[in-house]
Amino acid sequence: MKDLSMHILDIAQNSVRAKASLVQINIVERGEIFRIEVIDDGCGMSEETLKKVTDPFFTSRTTRKVGLGIPLIKQNAEQTGGFVKLDSKVGEGTRFKAEFGRYHIDRPPIGDLPGTMALLISGNTGLDFVFTYTNEQKSYSLDSREVKEILGDVDIRTPRVVSFLQEMINDNLIEIGVEF
Amino acid sequence: MTKVKSLDDLRKMRDDLQSKVNLREKSDHPEKMVQIKVSMATCGIASGAKETMNFLIEELDAQAIDTVVTQTGCMGYCYAEPTIEVTLPGEKPVVFGHVDLKKAAEIVEKYIKNGELVDGIIPVNYETVDEKNNE
Repeated sequence: MKDLSMHILDIAQNSVRAKASLVQINIVERGEIFRIEVIDDGCGMSEETLKKVTDPFFTSRTTRKVGLGIPLIKQNAEQTGGFVKLDSKVGEGTRFKAEFGRYHIDRPPIGDLPGTMALLISGNTGLDFVFTYTNEQKSYSLDSREVKEILGDVDIRTPRVVSFLQEMINDNLIEIGVEF
Repeated sequence: MTKVKSLDDLRKMRDDLQSKVNLREKSDHPEKMVQIKVSMATCGIASGAKETMNFLIEELDAQAIDTVVTQTGCMGYCYAEPTIEVTLPGEKPVVFGHVDLKKAAEIVEKYIKNGELVDGIIPVNYETVDEKNNE
């Protein structure tokens, strides 16, 4: 994974597969910390499964034998003095947290966060996303349920809507001082 | 500095989009549209599936081809990522492998527009990619 946005796209897919109806993606940049949280209300995992998710040779899929999403972000987080933490309850959902050293030389760049969020929202229509970005003073939040309410019967996958979402997120993140 | 876009701008844009949708009434008949699923698991993302998906959305919009582009999980062809599944109206789904931007452009020009097959098809037998196949 080249950047943090790709990790977010990847980790959020786990929530999609867990049949979540709402996925919260929180990014916090504060002090020395760069934190990514993905919280879903999907099917959750048993304690036994939870212990195995950081093992690259564990996956719940049958199409292949490796599961690298969490091991890769764990490696990247730990390289910057950070960590990955997972809490989960069967039937309730999963909370994923990764902390990076914000100014550590090995912290991957943020990458195309606006494009990633726009693709997540438009590419997974069966569920909703709440995206929040918080830094020292300010915060920006976008709820896909609001977007869908405004759109009414216009499909959220309409290309012009996707590019609009991307521009809107980009504008607002720059406005609150995010440096990509 | 230009104005920061907000949800109000989306509200304004909607009316314009709505009239277009009503004219075509295609959204009620997804089977009449081209359907593309982009494989977006760890393997796909690391291989550039996001760029491929962005390109497809923009290119098909620019060419005014009605398409629904969505994401799906890993189809199990990690060696051939990025992979996409294309379903033309009335046709069986076809899976293409190694779909970089160049390949994506070729698929749009030859397969989607003219029904001509291109190299890189992964022969698979199933109805369509769904969660059953991804789990």
